[in-house]
Amino acid sequence: MNKEIITDMCDSTAQTKKNTKRLFFWSVIWALATAGVGFGPKNLWNFNTWLTIIAVLIHIGLGLGMIRVFKQYLQGLDELQRKIQLDAMALSLGIGLVLGSSYEMLEDIKLIPFEPEIPHLLIMMSLTYVVGTVLGNRKYQ
Amino acid sequence: MKNRLKLLRAERDWTQANLADQLGVSRQTVNAIEKGKFDPSLPLAFKVARLFDLSIEDIFQDAPTTPA
Repeated sequence: MNKEIITDMCDSTAQTKKNTKRLFFWSVIWALATAGVGFGPKNLWNFNTWLTIIAVLIHIGLGLGMIRVFKQYLQGLDELQRKIQLDAMALSLGIGLVLGSSYEMLEDIKLIPFEPEIPHLLIMMSLTYVVGTVLGNRKYQ
Repeated sequence: MKNRLKLLRAERDWTQANLADQLGVSRQTVNAIEKGKFDPSLPLAFKVARLFDLSIEDIFQDAPTTPA
């Protein structure tokens, strides 16, 4: 990634910078909560039902908070930056839908020996979103 | 769509960042509009026209598409 693309991706108003920092913070907190729900029941509280329910509720609550912050982030962008985000999200959703549906069938049709996992799809969609954002910034630099 | 944004900006000795600040957009957006890579929305085009005290048609010209 060259310096100009990075500069364009960081080029924003003070409000956008503030929104970006907030979004980063909420994303990290949500990722930690996801890890907590994934590993906590087995490794931390021995499948205690109430603690697991509380962890799941916190995870959902933080996820909803992250969506709200992401919406504010989008509203704070200018029209070109919003278009870049929309294109990247469309790419991510499209790739996720097309490849995700094929990936889900791979075990049924005996092409892979393991069960497809949703985290694999999430990782692929996240990476596609990042690639889409970089390509968008390169296109309009 | 063609435009005279770069010329008008240069006449006033403004940088892309100056113009972006006055329009409330990023420098990247001003740059993309100047290069004809991105067409602004109607509200932004009006904002640009007001800033330069010109009509939209004085700044932006529709580039005719060649028939297929």
